[in-house]
Amino acid sequence: MATPAYTGPFGKAQAERLLWRAGFGPRPGEAARLAKLGLDEAVRSLVRPGPEKLVGPEPKEDRGRPLAPVDAYGHDHLWWLDRMVRTSRPLVERMTLVWHDWFATSNAGVGSQRLMLQQNALLRRHALGSFRELLLALTVDPAMLLWLSGTENTRRSPNENYARELMELFTLGEGNGYTERDVREQARALTGWRYTWRRGAGAVDFRFDRERHDPGMKVIFGRRGTFDWRDACNLCLQHPRHPRFLVEKLWGAFVPVPPDEATRAELERLYRTDYRVRPVLEAILRHPALYTGPRMVKPPAVYLAGLLRGLGRGVDTASWVWLGGMAGQRLFYPPDVAGWDDGRWLDTATFRGRWAVANYALSPYSLSDRRGPTVPNDPEAIVAGALRVVGEPTIRPETRELLLRFARSSLAGARTGWKAKAYPPLVANAVRQLLVTSPDYQTC
Amino acid sequence: MARCCSDYTRSALLRRGVAEAGLGLPGVEPGMPLPAGSGLTRRRLLARSLGLALAVYGGSSLRPEAFEAGIEAAAAAGAPERVLVSVFLDGGADALSMLFPAEDPLYRSLRPRLALPADQGTPFAEDGRLRWHPSLGALATLHGEGKLSVAPGMGYTTPNQSHFTSRHFYEVGATSVRTRTGWLGRYLDRAGTPDNPLQGLSLDSRLQPALATAKLPTAAIDGPDRYDFWTRGVWGEVAERMLAAIRDLGTLPHRGDPGLEAAADAALQSHRLHGQLAPFRPKEGSTGIPSPVPYPASEDAFPRRLAGLAAMLAAGLPVRVVALRAPGMYDTHDSQPAELAEALRLTAESLLAFQRDLEARGLADRVLVHVWSEFGRRARENGSDGTDHGAAGIGLLLGSRVTGRLIGEFPGLQRLDEHGNLRATSDFRALYCAILEQWLGADAEAIVPGARGFQRPQLLRA
Repeated sequence: MATPAYTGPFGKAQAERLLWRAGFGPRPGEAARLAKLGLDEAVRSLVRPGPEKLVGPEPKEDRGRPLAPVDAYGHDHLWWLDRMVRTSRPLVERMTLVWHDWFATSNAGVGSQRLMLQQNALLRRHALGSFRELLLALTVDPAMLLWLSGTENTRRSPNENYARELMELFTLGEGNGYTERDVREQARALTGWRYTWRRGAGAVDFRFDRERHDPGMKVIFGRRGTFDWRDACNLCLQHPRHPRFLVEKLWGAFVPVPPDEATRAELERLYRTDYRVRPVLEAILRHPALYTGPRMVKPPAVYLAGLLRGLGRGVDTASWVWLGGMAGQRLFYPPDVAGWDDGRWLDTATFRGRWAVANYALSPYSLSDRRGPTVPNDPEAIVAGALRVVGEPTIRPETRELLLRFARSSLAGARTGWKAKAYPPLVANAVRQLLVTSPDYQTC
Repeated sequence: MARCCSDYTRSALLRRGVAEAGLGLPGVEPGMPLPAGSGLTRRRLLARSLGLALAVYGGSSLRPEAFEAGIEAAAAAGAPERVLVSVFLDGGADALSMLFPAEDPLYRSLRPRLALPADQGTPFAEDGRLRWHPSLGALATLHGEGKLSVAPGMGYTTPNQSHFTSRHFYEVGATSVRTRTGWLGRYLDRAGTPDNPLQGLSLDSRLQPALATAKLPTAAIDGPDRYDFWTRGVWGEVAERMLAAIRDLGTLPHRGDPGLEAAADAALQSHRLHGQLAPFRPKEGSTGIPSPVPYPASEDAFPRRLAGLAAMLAAGLPVRVVALRAPGMYDTHDSQPAELAEALRLTAESLLAFQRDLEARGLADRVLVHVWSEFGRRARENGSDGTDHGAAGIGLLLGSRVTGRLIGEFPGLQRLDEHGNLRATSDFRALYCAILEQWLGADAEAIVPGARGFQRPQLLRA
C-alpha cells in the first residue's frame, strides 16, 4: 500500500504552492517550468536535487563588503538568508530550517556564531537523510551541548535538561510514553560530555570524558543496561511511539491539517524501517492534502527569502536582521527550545513587521515621477506591473479586483493637473506593497 | 494521551502552554541551577529592534478582537485607580555611587580612583553621611519635595552574584530558580481580567519577565507612537487610501481557510490598532508625543516611553502594572565614571519629567514608580576603573503619595559581608509585600512566597 498521490491538474498554481511549501517560493518563471515536469518529476527534483549551485548576486552588507557570518553581529542571519535566496536545492534548505525549528537552539544561550553555524551545517548535511544519524550528531553537537546543559551533565550532578527535551520535543512528545524516572535515567546515560575553555577562542574541544560519565546500571522504558548517550538516542528511536510522533510533526511542517489514519500509518511504515526521512518527505509532497487543503501562513524567513527570489534581489543590507526580529523570526534565535510557534506567526506586531520587511524589499524598485520609467495613468497596467515585479504570483480574482479598485479610486481625481504625473508612481508603489502584504501573498 | 493525538495542530504539538511563554524565565548561565526541562532562556535584546507594537503574551485562547473588546470594556469601566511602574536598572547599579558617603575615609580607601569628590552632589537630607551622585540632581529635587523614598540597602539574605539568577529572584519575587511567573504576573493573575492585555504592559519590544503571568494576557508595546505603516514613495491621500485598503484586504471572504483567515485577521486588527493609536502618533512636522512638559532629548527610548505612558494613562487606557528598562548599562566593570554618570542623569531626569507630566495632567496621585536593580556593586573598586558584582543595592519609590522616608538604613562600609559587599538592610520581598498591600490592595500572602515573615515598611503618606 502506498500513500495517495495528487491526481488533479498540476499547473503553475500547484507548482507555486509546492515551491513555497517545500522551499522559498519560485523565481520568475520557475513555477511554470516545474509544472511542465508534472507532479512526480517535480517532487523528485526537490527530494533528489543535484549538487548545490548558488544562483544570483553574492551577498554583501550595506557598504558592499562580503559577509562575516562567524564574526559580525547579525551576519549569521544574513548568511543563511542568502542560502535560502540563492540555493538550487530549496528543499534541503527548507528542511534545514525545519530541523532548526525542531531542535531549536538559540545563540542567546550558546553565545557563539561559530558553533551555531557549525550546527547549521550539520542540519543541512542530514537535511533529507537519516533521522537517526541526525539525532545522534545533534545530541553531541557543541551548540546543543551548551544550549541544553549537556556539558553540565555529570555523574556527580546530573542535569536533566537535554534528557527531557530529547523525549518531550525531539522524539516522543510531551508525556508520551515516558516517566519522570525515564528522564532521570536518560540524564545519567547522557553524562560525560565536556569542553575546554580557551581564552580568546571560547569553548573548544568538546569531547566525551569517561571520568564524567555514569557507567552504572539504568532502567529506561523498562529496559535495563549500562546505557550511554548513543543508547539514550537509540532507545528513543526504538520507542513504539516515536514513528508516529515524527511523521505527524514532519507532516505538520508542510500541511496544516492532520493526515488521515491510513496515510499516517503508511508514513510510519515508510519511516520505521531505517529512519530515513526522504521517502516520508516524498510521500508528503505528493499527497493530495498538500494541493487541495487549506493555505498556510509563510514563516517570516520564508516570506522574505521568497520575496527576494521573486524580485531577483540578493542579500545586500543588514537591515534584514532587525527586520527578521520584527517579523517574528530571527534565524539562530528561536524563542525557546520548543521553537517558533508556527501556528501564530501573525499578530498586530508581526503584521507590521512584515509590512516593514515588504517596504524594505521593494524600496530599491520604488517609483517616482522624477526618475525611472514613466508609470502609465492606467489602473490595469499598474496592477499588472506590480504582479510582474514580484514574479507573477498567483492571487485570487477578488484580491486582484480589490487592488484594481484601489488603483482606480486613487487615480480618479488625478486625470489632469500635477497629480496626473505625480500620482501614478505613488499608486504603483502602494499596489506593490498591498500585493505582497495581502492575505494571498502571506500564505501559500 | 499525548496532545498530538487529541488536539492536533503543529503548534499545539510544539508549544507547552502559554504559562511557560514567560520568556526569559529563568536565565541561563554557567553555574546557575537550571530547572530541568525548562529550555527557556533569556533572549538578548536586539539593540536596533524597532520594537513590536502590542505583542500579546498569554491568554492564547482569545482572538485579537476579544482582547480589543476587553480593552474597550475595561477602559469604559474606568481606568484602574492605581498604577505601578517598575523601572529596571539593568546590570547591577552601583548604590555606593548613587548615594555616596562623602566624608568616610573608608570610602576613599576602598575607591581610590572612583570616589566622588566630597563637595559634589547635593547632600542627602535624611542621612548626613551621604550625598547624591552629581548626576542625580533630579532625584535630589524629588526627595526634597518628599516624593521619593530611598532604600539604600535593598537585597536579601544569601545574595547571589549572578546577573541572571539575582535578576530572576527580583523578577519572580522569590529566591527560587524554579518559579516561572513574575511577581507582578501573579498579581495580575489574581486581579486582572482575561481579555485586557494592557493590564500588564511591558514598555519594550518584548515581555518583561516580572509581568509573566500564568494565565492572563499581558502586552508588550515599544511605544504607542511607533505603530505606523510607512511605505517608501507613498504619501498624502494615496497613503490614506492604502491604509483603508489594508482593511479591505482583511475583509475579503476567506471561506473557512484558516491560513487566509489568520492573515486577514492580522491585517484587520493591525488596521484597527493603527486607528486606536492615532492620538499618540506625532503630528507631521513634530517629533514625539505631545506632552505638557519637556522630556530629556535622547536617542534612548526611555523618555519617549515614559511620555507615551503618561499620554496613555491620560487617555484612560486600562493599564495596571507597567515594566520597563532604564537607559544605560549598569554593569560597570570598567570605565565606570563616565558611563554611570550618563546613565544616571538620563534615568533621573526622565523620571522627574514623568512625575511633572503626571502632575500637569492631574494623574500624579494614581501612579507609583518602583526603581530596582539586581544587585549593588562591590565596595572595593577593581583594577580597571570599575566595580564588580556586589550584594545589597539601591531601591527607589517615587510618586506624590510616598512617605519620602528611608526604607532601611545606609548599611555603611564598616561591616561588609565576607565578599566585601554591602549588607542588605531591607528585603525586596518585604517591599513587594508592602507595594501589593498598601498600593495595589492585594493579598501579598497569595503572591509572595513566605510573605508572612517579612516586616513591611510604611510606603504611603497617611
